[in-house]
Amino acid sequence: MSYSCTSTAYELKCNECGKLYGNQPLSACPDCLYPLEVVYDLDSARGVFTREAIAKGPANIWRYATLLPLPKGFEPDLPVGFTPLVRARNLGKRIGANNLYIKNDAVCFPTLSFKDRVVSVALANAQGFGFETVGCSSTGNLANSVAAQAVRLGLKPCILVPADLEAAKILNTQVYGARLVRIDGNYDHVNRLCTQIADEYNWGFVNVNLRPYYAEGSKTVGYEIAEQLGWKLPDNVVVPMAGGSLIRKIRKAFQELIYLGLVEDKPVRFFGAQATGCSPISHAVKQGWDYIEPQRPNTIARSLAIGNPADGPAAAKMIRETGGWAEDVSDVEIVSGIQELAETEGIFTETAGGVTTSVTARLYAHGRISPDEVTVSCITGNGLKTIDAVAGHYEQGRAIRPRLADFDAYLRELDGASAAETELVTAGGN
Amino acid sequence: MSVKITLPTAFVRHTDGRKQFDSTAENLPALLADIDQTFPALGTQIKDEDGKLRRFINIYINDEDIRFLGGDNYAFQDGDEIMLIPSIAGGCC
Repeated sequence: MSYSCTSTAYELKCNECGKLYGNQPLSACPDCLYPLEVVYDLDSARGVFTREAIAKGPANIWRYATLLPLPKGFEPDLPVGFTPLVRARNLGKRIGANNLYIKNDAVCFPTLSFKDRVVSVALANAQGFGFETVGCSSTGNLANSVAAQAVRLGLKPCILVPADLEAAKILNTQVYGARLVRIDGNYDHVNRLCTQIADEYNWGFVNVNLRPYYAEGSKTVGYEIAEQLGWKLPDNVVVPMAGGSLIRKIRKAFQELIYLGLVEDKPVRFFGAQATGCSPISHAVKQGWDYIEPQRPNTIARSLAIGNPADGPAAAKMIRETGGWAEDVSDVEIVSGIQELAETEGIFTETAGGVTTSVTARLYAHGRISPDEVTVSCITGNGLKTIDAVAGHYEQGRAIRPRLADFDAYLRELDGASAAETELVTAGGN
Repeated sequence: MSVKITLPTAFVRHTDGRKQFDSTAENLPALLADIDQTFPALGTQIKDEDGKLRRFINIYINDEDIRFLGGDNYAFQDGDEIMLIPSIAGGCC
C-alpha cells in the first residue's frame, strides 16, 4: 500500500494543568500525573480535512490521517479499519429499536478487534521515536494486534497478559512469534508491572508511554460512524468500557468533525456498557460520582475486566454531560447478548460485544433510548477469540451416514425434538 | 518498624535521584507527612491544593491497591513494600 500521510500539527497536553509537552513517549504529566492528551492545531486542518479529501483517501483509517498523530514521513503499511456499519433490523425488531446500527469491529483488519486501530497509530509513533522493542499490557485483543503488527514492521514484541486469559487469545499472540509473559495476577497487576518496566527499559509500551498517541487511533471509530451515516451524527452511541478511553475518543472525533464543519452540530448521547462483575465506571455514573471506586474483576468479559480504569472518572463525567447513561449486565446476559447478535444479524462477537448488545437491549427496555432514534452499538471484538464463553451452550449432534434416507429421518427427529420442546414450553406456560 | 517506598522515575527529580527510601511511618497519612519533611518538593507534587493525594496516583502495598486494604486506615507492616505509581489506562476499550 502506498499512501503518504500528513498530519496537522499536534503535541501532548495536560488537560489538568494546561502544560504542553511537545512530542515524546510520555503518558502522564510529570507535574500532576494527569493522563496526557494529543491536541491539534485544528484551524490548520480547515480546507484540508474535508469530506471530498477524505473520500479520495484509501478505504481504511489512513483516510483520516490529517487528524491522527503520525510522525513525519510515515507511510502506512496495513489497511486497518473502515469496518462495516450495518443496519440491525432483525435485532432491532427483537429489542424494540427502529433505527439501530452495528459498528462491526469484529472484522477489523488485521486481528479482528478495534485494537488494530490504536495499535497501528501507536506503532507508527514507536518507529518515529526509534524504539526497537514494543510491548503492552493486555487483556488479549491488544496482545494479538501488537504481536501481528509489530512483526510485520520489524519491531520486537514483548507482551504481558494476565495468566487466566482465554486460550485463543494467548495462541493468537504466540503464533506471530511474539515473546509472551503470563503474569500471575489480574489486568491491573499486569498494568502496574508494565508501568515499572516502561520506567526501566527503553521500550515503547503502546498503552503506557505511547498511550496518548495510541488512544487517538480510537477516534477513527467516530469518524467512520459519521461518514458511514452520510456525514451525520447519530442520536446515541453505545460503547463498551474497560479503561474508559474509546467512548471519550468517539466523542472527540464527533467534536472535531463539528468544529471543522463536516457534520451538523447536534446533541449525541453516549452510553457506556460494562459487565456487572467489573463495573467501576457504570457504578460511578449511576452514583453520580466524579471518582472511581476500584473493583476486583470477576467476569467472563475479560477484555473489559479493568478494576481501576484511569480514564474512568473522565468517562463517567462525559457520559453524564451528554445526557447518557451507563449500564452493566451479568455473565448470563453477556452470553445471551452474544447469541442474540449472532442469531439476528449474523455477527459473532466476543464477550465484550455480548456486554454491549445486552446493555443496548436494556437501554431500550428501560426507555433510556427511544425506538426511532438513530443509535449505533459498537462491537469491538470477534467471537472466535472467546468461544469458551458459548461452547457449553451447543451440542454437536450425532453424525449420520451419508444417505438421503438417514438425512430425512434425522431432520424429522430434529423437527420432532423442537416440536416437543415447543409443546413442553407451552404446557409449562399453562 | 520500617517500610520501603519505591517511586516512579517522574518523581526522582524531587529526591536527589533516589527511587527508593525507607520510612518508619505507620500508615499512609504518616507516610505523606514523612515525605513532606524529607522531600518537601515531592510532598507538594503528589498532593492537590486541598492537601489530598492526587487522584492519579495509586498506592500499592506489596501487590495490592491500598484502597482494597482500608486506605488511610491500613496499618503498615514491617517490611511492607510500598509503591507510588501513576494510574494508566488500558484494556480493550
